[in-house]
Amino acid sequence: MAEILVDCRGETCPVPLVEARKAIRRAQPGDVIVVIGTHPASREEIPMAVRALGLELLSVEGTETDWTIRIRR
Amino acid sequence: MADKVTIVLHSGDMDKVYSALIIGSGALAMGMEASIFFTFWGLQRLKKDGLEKGPLSKMHFLGLGKWMVRQRMKKANVITLERLMRDFKELGGKVIACDMTMEIMGIRREDLREDWIDAYGAVGTYIQEARGSAITLFI
Repeated sequence: MAEILVDCRGETCPVPLVEARKAIRRAQPGDVIVVIGTHPASREEIPMAVRALGLELLSVEGTETDWTIRIRR
Repeated sequence: MADKVTIVLHSGDMDKVYSALIIGSGALAMGMEASIFFTFWGLQRLKKDGLEKGPLSKMHFLGLGKWMVRQRMKKANVITLERLMRDFKELGGKVIACDMTMEIMGIRREDLREDWIDAYGAVGTYIQEARGSAITLFI
């Protein structure tokens, strides 16, 4: 099982959400996708997308403007 | 109702094309399906080299306003329409070109970015998409 890093620091709407989704699509079941970013709304919205996709949200850490989200495909 | 967004993009204004593509790719990112029906001025944006060519819907000022907004967007790290379209397509977004507009404006298929277009259709195609969509927007 691989760990895939998606670095969206400095990116704004809709890039972190879209890049997270692209990485999830490319990942294999069981892989962990780690998204790091600085866009405040995406910190809330990526977890919403993860739930909507029925995937496992492992953790959301950090501040509004410097966060790390871990997702299991 | 299916988890789907159907957008009619009637406007060819740069800012509105941004809205359509951002909403479309956002929907795809959140696990929905998305289609954008490009009609009238919106269809102009599907012409080869046409995607970034739209004026600003307000305060265009012969291009000066657009130039200023573009500078601000660059500073805010907003991505290009070209990249938004690429992501929209990669995530499975559907692009439909209005064939009546093509006829009215004398646009041939070879004038358009055929690599982006999934279907050529009329109002029936839009209704068929929209009737099964939880969200439909006219931009």
